[in-house]
Amino acid sequence: MKKTAGMTGLFHDPDAVLAAAAEIRRAGYRKFDFHTPYPLHGLDEAMGVKRTVLPWISLGAGVLGTAVALHLQWWTGAVDYPLVIGGKPLFALPPSIPIAFELTVLFCAIATVVGMFALNGLPRWFSKWQHDEHFTRSTDDAFVVTVDAGDPHYDTDQTQALLESLGAEQVRVVEYEDQ
Amino acid sequence: MRTVTDSHRQDSWDIEGAGTLAVDPKELREPLVEGKPDLRDVTETVSGVVESKPTRLWYATVTLTGGLAAWGILTIIYTTMTGIGVWGNNQPVGWAWDITNFVFWIGIGHAGTLISAILFLFRQKWRTAINRAAEAMTIFAVICALIFPVIHTGRPWVAVYWLLPLPNQMEMWVNFRSPLLWDVFAVSTYFAVSLMFWFVGLVPDFATLRNRAKNRIVKAVWTFVSLGWTGANRHWHRYEKAYLILAGISTPLVLSVHTIVSFDFAVSVLPGWHTTIFPPYFVAGAIFSGFGMVLTLMILARKLLNLEQFITVKHIENMNKVLMATGLMVGYAYGIEFFIAWYSGNPFERFAFINRAFGPYSWAYWTMVTCNVFIPQLFWFRKIRRNLAITWVISIFVNIGMWFERFVIIATSLHRDFLPSSWGYFIPTWVDVSIFAGTVGLFLTMFLLFAKYIPVLAISEVKGILPGAQPSHSHH
Repeated sequence: MKKTAGMTGLFHDPDAVLAAAAEIRRAGYRKFDFHTPYPLHGLDEAMGVKRTVLPWISLGAGVLGTAVALHLQWWTGAVDYPLVIGGKPLFALPPSIPIAFELTVLFCAIATVVGMFALNGLPRWFSKWQHDEHFTRSTDDAFVVTVDAGDPHYDTDQTQALLESLGAEQVRVVEYEDQ
Repeated sequence: MRTVTDSHRQDSWDIEGAGTLAVDPKELREPLVEGKPDLRDVTETVSGVVESKPTRLWYATVTLTGGLAAWGILTIIYTTMTGIGVWGNNQPVGWAWDITNFVFWIGIGHAGTLISAILFLFRQKWRTAINRAAEAMTIFAVICALIFPVIHTGRPWVAVYWLLPLPNQMEMWVNFRSPLLWDVFAVSTYFAVSLMFWFVGLVPDFATLRNRAKNRIVKAVWTFVSLGWTGANRHWHRYEKAYLILAGISTPLVLSVHTIVSFDFAVSVLPGWHTTIFPPYFVAGAIFSGFGMVLTLMILARKLLNLEQFITVKHIENMNKVLMATGLMVGYAYGIEFFIAWYSGNPFERFAFINRAFGPYSWAYWTMVTCNVFIPQLFWFRKIRRNLAITWVISIFVNIGMWFERFVIIATSLHRDFLPSSWGYFIPTWVDVSIFAGTVGLFLTMFLLFAKYIPVLAISEVKGILPGAQPSHSHH
């Protein structure tokens, strides 16, 4: 069954994108996005994108990495199998720092990458917009606006008028096959 | 009468005065890309390399380097089946080519992370033309490096119990107080983080290739590896944050890796190794050698892949400046080592260094000094910094010099120990030479495959720095 994904249009000028983003937001839309070949500076503010929680995930994982590394070195060396090597203490902080640091970085990096893709809902190998030609342009040379049909303000005529008034080219409705 | 308003006027007059410069200083800078390409030109140029058929030259080179790699693998099999006695290292030189090659390759990798992470934090936009290839080089170099510690264990299939804290029937654990174990954690973390950093950078470019692919199978492959990237700004927002965090943690990571590698030596009590200068000295040397390899590869790649527009003479010149700066640091370390050997008043320490420069291995020592300290001084001249042919030749000297640096540190410190009756002289066997040549072949083969099948420039990043690509009032 064919379903409406929403409305899409093309921009070529980065300044027009920023202005349009602010206007669409002012008109009350929330389920809209710009697909761009590279990140545009200032678009987050214009669209009103909320700051991501990702840094907190990274921090938490980093702290966990430190804790795991210190616990591992203390438990294996001083609890499970105490073995005096060269008259050194069974556990001491200075020689435990290198591995604690490395595991902090490792845990933090994994959480950052996995967290970023997970928060973005990726991997997801299907997009409602993927069969539209605009979508292919968005990884090449154009900035593509998409307004989701699920937005309460979405209205075929009004949304089209709004996008065209903001300078969007080739504004059209996109449909997709719902499995 | 002087009022508050007056002083305000004074301030604003100053600002207006500054604004009357005839030319914006930014306009006087050399452009990062030449010939004013637009967004589509970037897509076409970079995707074109991936989508075109490989040339005969490419096949010929891959056959050659692949053959070398295969020979290396055969000699590794021979080593494993016979025992590491087929190598030339023996008392008193218990560490020789294996660890020299390990440190050499790990060092090569450091330039990639410096370019991708540290230059990113310093907002050096010129990095975008070279970061993808340099990061690829990092990964391939670390793979080559990892081969040596694994095969030197003799029985790599059980080495996992000596390298990682895995429960086993002897109920023993690895020795966490050994720098060699710190090295295992440092290098494997470095490899994993570099790989993730590289992959994150590649995802938007894979999406570009996916959207261009005509062939169904090719499209399926790009779709899979691009993870369904749509370029949505709400995604870019988290993506950029993740990239920044990765750059932020990779920066101390890369410094820690060669620091810990240097601990392998510095934490021992051997004259010539037991010095506090080792960590910064090793890190500077690593970046120096890495930039040497980046230049060797990129000067060829820009020519063969027609990327002169994006990798300009300015990029080469900047890299040459980094090369000279780190080369001077390395030269300074060589000097300080001698000073401390004399100043410490320790006869063993003094002997180790006099022996290094004037003993049986003096030929290796002076090869190292010539390649790493004398030859890069040519880069004081702008003409030479901007001459690609001379730069390429110098980069080869740097590669050779930095291999010899590791060899000198390792072999000369070991071959004459405290007891003159046990002195010796290390000579590599054909197996030593073959395995090293094999890793060179493996490295070049992986790089050639990368340069052909993966976008060699970061498409989305280069687009972002084109003139006019960003909104006019943004201050980034």
